Amino acid sequence: MNALKPHLIRLAPQFAVLVAVVLLISLAFPDFLKLQIQNGRVYGSLVDVLNRGAPVALLAIGMTIVIATRGIDLSVGAVMAICGAVAAASITSGHSLVYTLALALAVGLLCGLWNGILVAVLDIQPIIATLVLMVAGRGIAQLITEGAILTFNDPGLIFIGSGSFLGLPMPVVIWLVFGIAVTLLVRRTALGMLIEALGINRRASTLSGVSTGVLLVAAYVLSGLCAAIAGIIAAADIKGADANNAGLWLELDAILAVVVGGNSLLGGRFSIAAALLGALIIQSINTGILLSGFPPEFNLIIKAAIIVLILVIQSPRIRDLAALFGRSESAEATVKQEAK
Amino acid sequence: MKLKTALASATILAACMFGSAQAADLTVGFSQIGSESGWRAAETTLTKQQAESRGIDLKFADAQQKQENQIKALRSFIAQGVDAILVAPVVATGWDDVLTEAKDAEIPVILLDRTVDSSEDLYMTAVTSDLVHEGNVAGKWLVDAVAGKPCNVVELQGTTGSSPAIDRKKGFEEALAGHDNLKIIRSQTGDFTRTKGKEVMESFLKAEDGGKNICALYAHNDDMAVGAIQAIKEAGLKPGTDILVVSIDAVPDIFQAMAAGEANATVELTPNMAGPAFDALAAFKKDGTLPPKWIQTESKLYTQKDDPMKVYEEKKGLGY
Amino acid sequence: MPGNILGSEDIILSATGIDKVFPGAKALNKVNFQLGRGEVHALLGENGAGKSTLVKCITGAYRRDGGRLVLDGVDIDPRDTFEAQRLGIGTVYQEVNLLPNLTVAENLFLGRQPRRFGLVDARAMNRRAETLLAGYDLDIDVKAELSSCSVAVQQVVAIARAVDLSGKVLILDEPTASLDAHEVEMLFAVVRRLKTQGLGIVFITHFLEQVYAICDRITVLRNGQLVGTREAAALPRRELIAMMLGRELGDEIKTVAKAETEEGPVRYRFSGYGRRGHIAPFDLEVRKGEVVGIAGLLGSGRTETAEILFGAEKADSGSAEIEGKPVELTSPRAAIRHRLGFCPEDRKVDGIVGDLSVRENIALALQARRGWARPIPRAEQERLADQYIKALDIRTTDREKPIRLLSGGNQQKAILARWLATNPEFLILDEPTRGIDVGAHAEIIRLIENLCEQGMSLIVISSELDELVAYSHRVIVLRDRTHVSELVGEAVTTAHIVEAIAAGEKQGASR
Ligand SMILES: Nc1ncnc2c1ncn2[C@@H]1O[C@H](COP(=O)(O)OP(=O)(O)OP(=O)(O)O)[C@@H](O)[C@H]1O
Ligand SMILES: [Mg+2]
Repeated sequence: MNALKPHLIRLAPQFAVLVAVVLLISLAFPDFLKLQIQNGRVYGSLVDVLNRGAPVALLAIGMTIVIATRGIDLSVGAVMAICGAVAAASITSGHSLVYTLALALAVGLLCGLWNGILVAVLDIQPIIATLVLMVAGRGIAQLITEGAILTFNDPGLIFIGSGSFLGLPMPVVIWLVFGIAVTLLVRRTALGMLIEALGINRRASTLSGVSTGVLLVAAYVLSGLCAAIAGIIAAADIKGADANNAGLWLELDAILAVVVGGNSLLGGRFSIAAALLGALIIQSINTGILLSGFPPEFNLIIKAAIIVLILVIQSPRIRDLAALFGRSESAEATVKQEAK
Repeated sequence: MKLKTALASATILAACMFGSAQAADLTVGFSQIGSESGWRAAETTLTKQQAESRGIDLKFADAQQKQENQIKALRSFIAQGVDAILVAPVVATGWDDVLTEAKDAEIPVILLDRTVDSSEDLYMTAVTSDLVHEGNVAGKWLVDAVAGKPCNVVELQGTTGSSPAIDRKKGFEEALAGHDNLKIIRSQTGDFTRTKGKEVMESFLKAEDGGKNICALYAHNDDMAVGAIQAIKEAGLKPGTDILVVSIDAVPDIFQAMAAGEANATVELTPNMAGPAFDALAAFKKDGTLPPKWIQTESKLYTQKDDPMKVYEEKKGLGY
Repeated sequence: MPGNILGSEDIILSATGIDKVFPGAKALNKVNFQLGRGEVHALLGENGAGKSTLVKCITGAYRRDGGRLVLDGVDIDPRDTFEAQRLGIGTVYQEVNLLPNLTVAENLFLGRQPRRFGLVDARAMNRRAETLLAGYDLDIDVKAELSSCSVAVQQVVAIARAVDLSGKVLILDEPTASLDAHEVEMLFAVVRRLKTQGLGIVFITHFLEQVYAICDRITVLRNGQLVGTREAAALPRRELIAMMLGRELGDEIKTVAKAETEEGPVRYRFSGYGRRGHIAPFDLEVRKGEVVGIAGLLGSGRTETAEILFGAEKADSGSAEIEGKPVELTSPRAAIRHRLGFCPEDRKVDGIVGDLSVRENIALALQARRGWARPIPRAEQERLADQYIKALDIRTTDREKPIRLLSGGNQQKAILARWLATNPEFLILDEPTRGIDVGAHAEIIRLIENLCEQGMSLIVISSELDELVAYSHRVIVLRDRTHVSELVGEAVTTAHIVEAIAAGEKQGASR
């Protein structure tokens, strides 16, 4: 319990915001909280939030790590499109499901490796390095699908998008499991601390013997893997690879999720759980807007307004202000203690 | 990617120039926007087919979504002294100079699929579909299909602010006007994509009593309809029966859905813009007849009765 | 208080009852501080005593929690350093806070460039910069990039800017830490000049000789409390140290003869080792339990030598051997595998990982050597951290505090702890005592001696020759990025080192 406490404190603001957003929506639309079992799966708007949030949640996992290294990965949306296209192309040309998945994931890893090498070895600024693949990637995906939506009917691949496991949609299961796995990987080993050290002060970390180059590459490779999974899910969801639209602008939502999760774009300390909460906050807002029935012209304005509000609440200035009340108390406490 | 396409188009160009140059009685340059959608790929395929069947030597240039590439292509067509130029303009403005150059060289220019803001005497004609009309056809079908019964309609709009979204909405609403049994209860953008079509439809279903409150879906394009059909199925309803589905574009996948009884009707945005263009050109070359400034393509309605599987087979190979 | 002899009209800045509380620590407790006109006032105390905090409260960098600030008879409450500057209080920190890739003139007039027709009037700016610097006896090209100047010149530029902007009070927080003796003299000349102009100058340092050389009065802080203010002339060194530490210090530096240099076998041998543009090829041998000192002026190649030995820069000539076996020290990682350690000079850039806790900073190098898959258990990390916090007397409220919140000297100690935790056999220390208070200074020297008695080999780079002489078995002198001479045994004296450093100014390199 004691060991958990700092984590809970870290996640408290994001949790509070999520609860607030969900409550706000359910005020306007009471059925939002309703869950029912239908055909052996849980059905309701909350499940939709978890399900539709899957791509951004997955991207946010990798993006959190990349941002922790003081980088950024703009290519994830394009990598999603590439991997979705690869999966669709492979399955329609008769390859097995296992082969198809392995191939798509491998392509994602490769994309990540490319980014990682540009950043770590050639020392190109991450924003520029990943911009290359962001721009070129969609073209590559279009080349694979030949500009059309490549549809497929393989039940196995479709299951990943719309099947269910223990009553939950597969995408939800996948991002939950993957999120937990990556969290355990970085927190049960020393990776987390080494990545944070690298993000805060790369030179000092290198001088302390941290393999900063390898870690950097690994971060982008992980991000590529996350994008590949997200791409497969997105394609499986609509039974087709849409090179033009799959993952379009999702890199921005992923970055936003990381930031709404209270992670600093300047790198260093990170929390994957908080970024996942950030992804859910964003998706709740999206789903809430759709349910609200406002004309679509307002979608972006509403979303922007809510997010600005969240970021303002999280800003250090406001936190300082809030801490002001707490601090004068603690100051008194110290003085009293000393008096004793 | 760029390199490859460039190579490909270069090969096509070369093939055109050395292959059938003497045989053709007309040489036409075609500057295409790119291949950003299946429909556009089909337009390219059909334009090439149409040219071949008429013995026209087509010089094809892919602009990769850039106006500067299109202007470059047009200049090179002019320099080569082609007999006519087809162009699908990527944007509406900035064409005056190059169109004047073409006019000075006495090369007629025909706009495909989109129009430009230049003065009308700078081009011969524009072949486009009427977006408002398309929405209208879809709306009329729905009015007839429900035959006076009350019906709640949900609408999946295209990208907010885009002209197809505005016009297709307008045409549909005009068709519904005066039929008080039909009511649009929800209207949201699905960005013309399958993913968003599915996501938005999911929320419509949630918001309208699990979909029991919805009688028909009107989608501004087939892709959104295809996504929405999946959402309807996953919600345990039967698309095409429990909820009528009408959309626009007539891409192959919607015919599959129609064949399966999951979609009801679609209005064709024909990718064959080149056919009418070549017809107008032939007439002009024969006896100098000038076509009207706007040639409207047909917005054909397809329903489940039109042997959707057959249409699917026809369309499949076009590159949609 | 015997020190408070100034009349009120002579006082330019008066701080009374200043309080500052940080979460978990009371950094300042009702501190009084009075600065006279035309006075150089030393602010002294151990690492973490609260010197920088007091200064930051005065300049508005921190909001004080209580107390009064009076400048020139007027109550002030600066909200940030800009406001303090406008009011007349300028500050220069140890790390030069200017923009290295702007010119000297641009740095001087940044944010207030003279304008003509709305555009920056570069000619007028350069002219004014030259006049301004002439007042400091500094004749340099004001159009040159600041980074091309020596640290001392940069420091003077920073002072010139601060004085030009503010003009009443100048605060210098450890400005001399990275200067050599000659440069310190140049800085002091500037300080004396400003003093005659009636400025009040606050001077923070850990070099007590400098205090006596230039300061009129001394205020000592301990654990956030004022210990007292005295006339410098009337405060013997021993008494001053007692005020700072709260106890008597034994011999500051043990000058007794060090343990016999065992003529044991050479453990580390570098031959023809060098890198073009960094350091000319050199030969170096280090024995077990031997301390090799490295002396030389700033920029003479001392740090470059350390970096190349540690693999932070790759050698492009020569070879390295450990116990007769050739080794490749091509990266810090490789060096660490061979049990080398390197405590860098610039702790802010090369040393601390600011947002990580003291515990994590101490465990970092050891963790990196073990590899990511074998995390040091939390309990073990805590044990390590506690052990070194105690052993090196690192002043921190707790080991989970982010290291950037520690005082400068305590950060330095934590970095040292990071390397000791790896149990190195060969430790390279670049200015290990920089910014460290007298008490800890002695501790660190004792530590160095202990380590070498236990058989560790050390290379120590230091500008403090007394110190170097005290513990080094051998001293290598550098000049112009070349190893020019090596002093052994009896020859290791301050005088000899100074002579060797200066020799080049008369004749060419000799060996
Ligand atoms: N922002 C902060 N938050 C919490 N504690 C702080 C902060 N800044 C300083 N401290 C603590 O206040 C104490 C005084 O620090 P300060 O920097 O004033 O010391 P100093 O006298 O300048 O020491 P040094 O000689 O090492 O520079 C230290 O224990 C330090 O850990
Ligand atoms: Mg300090």
